[in-house]
Amino acid sequence: MKIHKYDTVIVGAGGAGMRAAIESTKRSRTAVLTKLYPTRSHTGAAQGGMAAALANVEEDNWEWHTFDTIKGGDYLVDQDAAEILAKEAIDSVLDLERMGLPFNRTPDGTIDQRRFGGHSRNHGEAPVRRSCYASDRTGHMILQTLYQNCVKEGVEFYNEFYVLDLLLQDVDGVKKAAGVVAYELATGEIHVFQAKAIIFASGGTGKFFKVTSNAHTLTGDGQAAAYRRGLPLEDMEFFQFHPTGIWRMGILLTEGARGEGGILRNKDGERFMEKYAPVMKDLASRDVVSRSIYTEIREGRGCGPDGDHVYLDLTHLPPEQLDAKLPDITEFARTYLGIEPYTDPIPIQPTAHYAMGGVPTNVEGEVLADNTTVVPGLYAAGEVACVSVHGANRLGTNSLLDINVFGRRAGIAAAEYAAKNDFVELPEDPASLVASQVESLRDSTGTERVTELRKALQECMDANVMVFRTEQTIKTAVETIGELRERYKNVSVQDKGKRFNTDLLEAIELGNLLDLAEVMAVSALARKESRGGHYREDYPNRDDVNFMRHTMAYRETDSSGKETIRLDYKPVVQTRYQPMERKY
Amino acid sequence: MSTPTLEKHSKSLDDLEGDQGHLIKVTFRIRRFNPEVSADATWQDFQMEMDPKERVLDALHKIKWELDGTLTFRRSCAHGICGSDAMRINGKNRLACKTLIKDINPDKPITVEAIKGLTVLKDLVVDMEPFFQAYRDVMPFLITTGNEPTRERRQSAEDRERFDDTTKCILCAACTSSCPVFWNDGQYFGPAAIVNAHRFIFDSRDEGGEQRLEILNDKDGVWRCRTTFNCTDACPRGIEVTKAIQEVKRALITRRF
Repeated sequence: MKIHKYDTVIVGAGGAGMRAAIESTKRSRTAVLTKLYPTRSHTGAAQGGMAAALANVEEDNWEWHTFDTIKGGDYLVDQDAAEILAKEAIDSVLDLERMGLPFNRTPDGTIDQRRFGGHSRNHGEAPVRRSCYASDRTGHMILQTLYQNCVKEGVEFYNEFYVLDLLLQDVDGVKKAAGVVAYELATGEIHVFQAKAIIFASGGTGKFFKVTSNAHTLTGDGQAAAYRRGLPLEDMEFFQFHPTGIWRMGILLTEGARGEGGILRNKDGERFMEKYAPVMKDLASRDVVSRSIYTEIREGRGCGPDGDHVYLDLTHLPPEQLDAKLPDITEFARTYLGIEPYTDPIPIQPTAHYAMGGVPTNVEGEVLADNTTVVPGLYAAGEVACVSVHGANRLGTNSLLDINVFGRRAGIAAAEYAAKNDFVELPEDPASLVASQVESLRDSTGTERVTELRKALQECMDANVMVFRTEQTIKTAVETIGELRERYKNVSVQDKGKRFNTDLLEAIELGNLLDLAEVMAVSALARKESRGGHYREDYPNRDDVNFMRHTMAYRETDSSGKETIRLDYKPVVQTRYQPMERKY
Repeated sequence: MSTPTLEKHSKSLDDLEGDQGHLIKVTFRIRRFNPEVSADATWQDFQMEMDPKERVLDALHKIKWELDGTLTFRRSCAHGICGSDAMRINGKNRLACKTLIKDINPDKPITVEAIKGLTVLKDLVVDMEPFFQAYRDVMPFLITTGNEPTRERRQSAEDRERFDDTTKCILCAACTSSCPVFWNDGQYFGPAAIVNAHRFIFDSRDEGGEQRLEILNDKDGVWRCRTTFNCTDACPRGIEVTKAIQEVKRALITRRF
């Protein structure tokens, strides 16, 4: 075991982690730990853009953006946070441009902007061009630009270090951050990083679904580590299903395709979104579009012999426009489906995309131990966190924005905290939990296989807690996940070595997915209403009287030693917008 | 609005939607190496049934998850964006997640081995550090002087287009590890580093072009390129790598960029 000491430790090198690192490295001795390499994170898969009311191409302002974000989140958004997001969006985009990001340009040479789902002029009048973009690889360009600036600033990276545990210590009755424990992939060695401030920026958890746009590595490691150490997880029942994933594969096809004029059609060729969202049509919010697609499919208007998908039609757009604005996604259709998007509509289905919930933070990125108490020295930003700026449903282009605004805020706040505070003493034998977890998995002679349990989990989640949910399906999920968690205790791996043992780490990642899937299902069962990405067929309406509140899930152990999930609730911050019925 | 598209159904769309999935027998011949077990690398065959529309990455996962958990490779996004899974497939550098089995001849054993020129650490995993060091050495970030503008820097669409191709790089190392010069001389910067230097040299906002050109004027710099075009063939993003290298060479002579 090796012990390292840094002022600030950042877990994750995606957009949020690297944006934080650029700030914290200037102000404190910082290490970034990532289980991949910095440019491998899933920020790079984001395509369509980053929202900011620059008003470069038409009238716009941050107040309209704030409203759209709150409405998009079905009023579960904390309104103070949404206002910060929309206000700081403008500088965030300009910062990236000054760092070198090659945005597409208007004829005047300013940053070009395009339409995106849920972003509107004057509180819902019509779609507005708010998304700043770099072709259909905006996330890729953000990730590259941030890494380039990390190189410039001399940010110190520990690549292929898996953070598996968070060390918290009681200091005079206050729970404080002390460090993290990491597993080095190359050697199997365990490292303890003692730090004054820690930022979790470790991304999402989409791999508990089968059809997903998420990378194999998005296994909620940060959420799981915090949760196991007694910290709550907020609003985990809210998961976004992106309307346009490649049929069966789930690979993302950007909403920018519809922003550029693409149209969704059913088997009769009908532009069905006109029925569901007369004003915004194909550019309604993602939860609305995904539900509409599944309604078409359920009512027998899906395409193909099994009627299990619909089309994203780009055939009426000029090939030059597709080449200039959507080159990557048209290439995906050619590579993976063998069709030509100039002339063929693209078969699509909704795909599990984004966790609105996560580790609760305030607007400074400080992690909360309950509804109000901050954990001194602990920060979170990006998809792992829940500020909450996305509420019950995130708007497209608001996640690339979120990682930049709150990554920056967390980086500054953590470094400033580190400058003013001392190290918290490490617990005795700080690596014990990780060491025993790794050893018991490596030595296990159990009969259960990771691949079978993971497949069963993913199939259960797709079948029971996807776009449509009922009490019965969610109960089935809770039960199945419980059984899988029991079976997981008997799991073993084939690779017993220390060197690059990805077999072992996939087993650990599965454990994280199982824990988080259970939190999601239990939170969903208790929310007896429909709001944003959480749609209950048995409770089809939003219920502001009983459920205008955030879910807070805690892991607890009862007197018999049995693990349970305790649910609590946190009020939503409302400033200037009263909840209204949501129509697009 | 535009008319329904159903009349436009092509045969490829019909084939895609009507496909019930059929499995074919494929042999994957994989170069295995694990110094914890043996100092020697060996070829190992895996016979399996795959749908030809599946990716090579799907086959590697099938092996790892169902046949041999010790098989080790890097991967993340699985659709050609993250750059983790560059490997030599039937002797050519490709991303395993962007290569469909039907697009390589599945009648004969499909060979899969680590990319060349970087030290193999285990199976298909190589030491990427020399690759990233070369990248960092070309100062891959915007260099400007003077005060920051209040708003964005202006750039015409044409100036933006000038370096568009080289902004696509995902740092997968497929190009660099396909380069015979790099195989023989690990000190050579390699195509990927030059591509990333190009991305800034030809960016109208950048003022560090001269510095980068001097770095690439080194004996291990751009002049080592012998224009074999392996890099262009290997690039999974379709970047015209050799052309970019030639443009950097030309800029070194003319000092115009």
